Amino acid sequence: MSNKPNIDPITLAVLAGRMEQIADEMDATLFRAAFNPIIAEAHDASHGLYHPVTGDTLVQGKSGLPIFVGVMSFAVKAVIDKLAADKDLADGDIFIFNDAHIGGTHLSDMRLVRPYFYQGELFCYLASVGHWHDVGGAVPGNYNPGATDVFQEALVIPPVRLARAGVVNQDIIDILLRNTRLPQSTQGDLNGQLGALDLGVQRMNELLDEYGSSTVDTALSALSDSADSLMRAELAELPNGRWEASDFLDNDGIVDEPLEIRVALTIQDDAMIIDFEGSAPQCAGPVNIALPTTVATAYVAIKHLFPDLPANAGVMRSIDVRVPEGSLLSAEFPAPTGGYTETILRMIDVIFCAAAQASPELVVANAYGTINALSIAGKRANGQPWVMFSFYGGGHGACCDGDGLNHGNAPISTATIPPMEILEAAYPVMFRQWALRPDSAGVGEHRGGMGAVYEIEVLEERGAEAFLFGERGRFAPRGIAGGGEAAMNVFSYEQQGEWLHPPMASKMRGIKLKQGEGVKLETPGGGGYGTASKRDASRVAEDVRQGLMTAEVADAQFGTSWRGVAS
Amino acid sequence: MSVQDDVAKGSMVGVDVGGTFTDVFVLNELDGTAAVAKVPTTRPDQSGGFLAGIKQHVDNLSDIAVVVHGTTAGTNALLERKGARCGVITTEGLRDVLEMRRRDRPRTWGLRGNFIPVVERQYRLEVPERTLADGTVRTAVDLLAVKAAASKLLAEGCESVAILFANSYANAENEAKAAVVVRELWPNPHVATSSEILPEIREFERFSTTALNAFLQPEVSGYLQRLEKAMHSSALAGEFMIVQSNGGVMSVDTACRLPIRTALSGPAAGVIAAGYIAQCAGFDNVVTGDMGGTSFDVSLIADGQSMLSAQTSIDFGIVLRTPMIEITTIGAGGGSIAWVDKGGLLQIGPESAGSDPGPAAYGLGNTRPTVTDANVVLGRIDSSSPIGGKLASLDSDAAAAAIDEHVGQPLGLTTLDAAEAILRVANSRMAGAIRLVSIERGFDPKQFVFMPFGGGGGLHAGAMLNEVGIAKAIVPRYPGVTSALGCVIADMRQDFVQTFMTTVDALDESALAAFMQNHVDQGLTILAASNTRFVARSMTFELDMAYAGQTHTLSVPIAVELDGDTVLPMSKEVIVEAFDATYLKSFGRLLPKGVRRIINLRSAVIGERPKFDLRTLAPKQSIADDQPVKGKNNRQVYFDKQWHDTVIYDRLSLPIGAHVVGPAILEQPDTTVLIEPGLIGRVDEFGNTIIEQGGLRK
Repeated sequence: MSNKPNIDPITLAVLAGRMEQIADEMDATLFRAAFNPIIAEAHDASHGLYHPVTGDTLVQGKSGLPIFVGVMSFAVKAVIDKLAADKDLADGDIFIFNDAHIGGTHLSDMRLVRPYFYQGELFCYLASVGHWHDVGGAVPGNYNPGATDVFQEALVIPPVRLARAGVVNQDIIDILLRNTRLPQSTQGDLNGQLGALDLGVQRMNELLDEYGSSTVDTALSALSDSADSLMRAELAELPNGRWEASDFLDNDGIVDEPLEIRVALTIQDDAMIIDFEGSAPQCAGPVNIALPTTVATAYVAIKHLFPDLPANAGVMRSIDVRVPEGSLLSAEFPAPTGGYTETILRMIDVIFCAAAQASPELVVANAYGTINALSIAGKRANGQPWVMFSFYGGGHGACCDGDGLNHGNAPISTATIPPMEILEAAYPVMFRQWALRPDSAGVGEHRGGMGAVYEIEVLEERGAEAFLFGERGRFAPRGIAGGGEAAMNVFSYEQQGEWLHPPMASKMRGIKLKQGEGVKLETPGGGGYGTASKRDASRVAEDVRQGLMTAEVADAQFGTSWRGVAS
Repeated sequence: MSVQDDVAKGSMVGVDVGGTFTDVFVLNELDGTAAVAKVPTTRPDQSGGFLAGIKQHVDNLSDIAVVVHGTTAGTNALLERKGARCGVITTEGLRDVLEMRRRDRPRTWGLRGNFIPVVERQYRLEVPERTLADGTVRTAVDLLAVKAAASKLLAEGCESVAILFANSYANAENEAKAAVVVRELWPNPHVATSSEILPEIREFERFSTTALNAFLQPEVSGYLQRLEKAMHSSALAGEFMIVQSNGGVMSVDTACRLPIRTALSGPAAGVIAAGYIAQCAGFDNVVTGDMGGTSFDVSLIADGQSMLSAQTSIDFGIVLRTPMIEITTIGAGGGSIAWVDKGGLLQIGPESAGSDPGPAAYGLGNTRPTVTDANVVLGRIDSSSPIGGKLASLDSDAAAAAIDEHVGQPLGLTTLDAAEAILRVANSRMAGAIRLVSIERGFDPKQFVFMPFGGGGGLHAGAMLNEVGIAKAIVPRYPGVTSALGCVIADMRQDFVQTFMTTVDALDESALAAFMQNHVDQGLTILAASNTRFVARSMTFELDMAYAGQTHTLSVPIAVELDGDTVLPMSKEVIVEAFDATYLKSFGRLLPKGVRRIINLRSAVIGERPKFDLRTLAPKQSIADDQPVKGKNNRQVYFDKQWHDTVIYDRLSLPIGAHVVGPAILEQPDTTVLIEPGLIGRVDEFGNTIIEQGGLRK
């Protein structure tokens, strides 16, 4: 590289680690202190350091949730924009907000932004985001599949000062605590985030005392340059060209029509354009997403393609993300965004499918592509309401290295599934099946991972109601490089001895279940990689022997040559 | 010597079998003397090295009272997936629980990587049976189906079998009935139910732990029985015991039944020794760093107690739920490779040259630079007589060439500056691990001392002081045989768990006491069956508790009154007070209207073994503080961009009280300790080297 940063490489390498560590320590502080398990166990949170003028990500922690890497800079920018009008920024100010149309993702994610001053000068911003358990709105937990605007989803807070010059404004906290079903959890999480920011300030002070602010400042821009060089070096290895891919969401849960997500990737030397022109317009239901979410999702997809890239804004310098106005990928306030997960999973799928045309070895075939938020709710004999809410897993895509992972979590998340026994102990249900779903993976030289079958019986005498927010009921996860599609998501429920499917395939509200009746979720596998004819016959025979593929499907997909081959 | 007068006649021997060396620590309880031996590990039959090491210091094997073994047999079988073919008999609908894990993935970024369960799907068979969460048997177990499944697994060549039924933690009846049928026809003792191994809620963790036990059992029990046989046939009739992952020891019979408890046997012994050495030297808070070929393992000891984690993943999806000493590993060992990424940033690891082919300086085929190569080029490791004895000399030129090509040239640095850069980045990563491990446990790392052990740690101790802000490092006198020493020190300990779900308001105190009594009885029976002498016995009880609605539980220590060996029921108030105190300490505030819940009971029954006086290991001479000591020779060593004439000392011959001002290097057969400029090393009364700030910076 010609433009070598003006800092010695040793100090740079050491500072890179030290600053990433500060963000990691902020993560660790919140995980330990947080009240709600979504942060404490599923690590649905993130911390980082951001540029004092642009808000660009300088450094972000390793352990935060993938989707937050990239979306956080928008939170900081929102605060910087606010300050452009109201110029009185002081050391010790802290801003808080959850407005998804400004900061991305959804209203459950509470963002705290704190300017960091060193020797009287604004050096950078520190920010903390965490998924709170409940922020008001129509549905506990803020996941309302029937929402047609944000007000039905949660209390919306624009960027406001939680603290001014180090003094916390209790009025704001009182408003927050009065607008949640779980005030203790809210207070605990808020304290945890404030603690993480305090630790960040303390660690930054130590670092700047040791190295001086100009060295650290130089290191930060050198790291950003280094990330830019890294990204450009990766892109330069790919062929020039333009590749398109398109896929669909089943519907938005309100209007039963497919919604297209379309992308064109253009690589020109060491730069890339990701253009979503042609994607569906803003819709009525909660699968809309705000612009920051779209940009952040492009970053998540890129980081999955190049996992060694650092988490700073330098990576995105060579990448131009274009989002058509009026589309569901740049939805306007107050469009509902609670189901953003489904839309961004589909965006990642189409980016992967387009990138696979440029370089199949770089890409993993589509994963199962839906979080399948299923809740079963009812009342117990004593009148107490119960709600069992969880996300369910599916198969991962295959890649040039081998078959896909059976039953993994969504690419935008790292959350694990609660144990069946914990669910059975907490709610009046019994799982008849918690199993892999044979024949659910896309075939290929390498097959996708297997999806799952979850069959859940209601034990409560008074029955229950079921709600589902899923996807991939009508459009299957794709394979790449000639690999096959995975099986689609199939949801069914039992009524009077018959198994039925909801009219919107992957979404439904308030299905009545009697005691002894059940629901069944058969989740998609992952897409395949490479043509099926290249798969080693012994591997086909092995899958049949293990019961992951039926003999009939093996014959139909691979011919009968696998029969008689030792696995 | 502080030999207690009631000490049994004979020697206590600790043996740690590693990949390259077998370390032996012999404590003669008659005269309080101790000795260490390091001999090559013999393969495939490790008993050769095992006995050869013991015989170096014990003339008459019949004098030996106890041999305690820290083993990596289980660890290696898990890491290399070299266990037995085992089968699973499970509840209809649940055959894939082991393979589905908790819906995680190997790495956050990249979406690549797969998982192969230790039991293949074709050997996981379902039978009709079902117990509900409240313990009600909804479907009685179909014993004919169980019999058919067991026969099928046997015919398929399975050597062990795990019976894994839903909700068996709440009612073990179906599992127990199935076990009777399977044991009738199974030709060996390798049959276990999930409720026998871990009667705790969470099916994946319980099933995984039980299946891994079955996977290890033929291998580990075979290995231990071979060793025991070899010992007995050479007239070594002393008791044979095994270190568990929780840092306690168990009888060889228990180890053969519960091999899962040996998963971290070797490293746990090392941490136990580190804690003891530090405590003797006056430090209750210590963070240990074991630097090996591929990794740097960090462990925390606070108030003299090593941290135990309830659950450990040995590898992706290989989950063991049994108390283990908590050890955090990062990929920064001596063999970790240094490289410059496409963005021009210097990186260390995670790729490693390990010990074979090893660093470039080994000349065994690797030409990429490692952390060890940097130490060689800078003169910190003596290339003419490397430690460990595996090689006669190291190729310093090869190390320099590797550093130059892969780091120096890309970054525009001289070879020496590049080597120093590699160490600075590696040290910074190790320091980061220490800081993060402390923070995650809620401690300030500056309140701790650092104890390096293993062969490589002593080279990096000073750097940890500078990077973490730790005040002192303590290098044990024999850092290379710490695990063997830990074997001799460890107490006998049995851990038990029982899921017991209730709110505190609805608690049946006598039912809880009955479970505690059951644990005490089982533990004491095991202690009584041992021929080892204990100076004391103790029991600890903890409840996993939370407020209703929280999934994160806290371990709440409960003070339980005993009348002799009989547990007296405790009041709800005692439990409430204990919970509130623990909760307050962790979170700073209570929930005024929160409903307190109990989820699990965890008990430990401990037989305290006699400790020996560490001073027996100390140098025999001592000198006054200000008296100078002589080095054996001088060597040029590179620090801070210049060569320093550095005195090399024979570490083991330094007297108590000796002060060594950096830059200096202390050498002993298996370890090199570096005292950097600006630091000072002092030999304490136990022969440990205490490193702290204080030297003169040139």
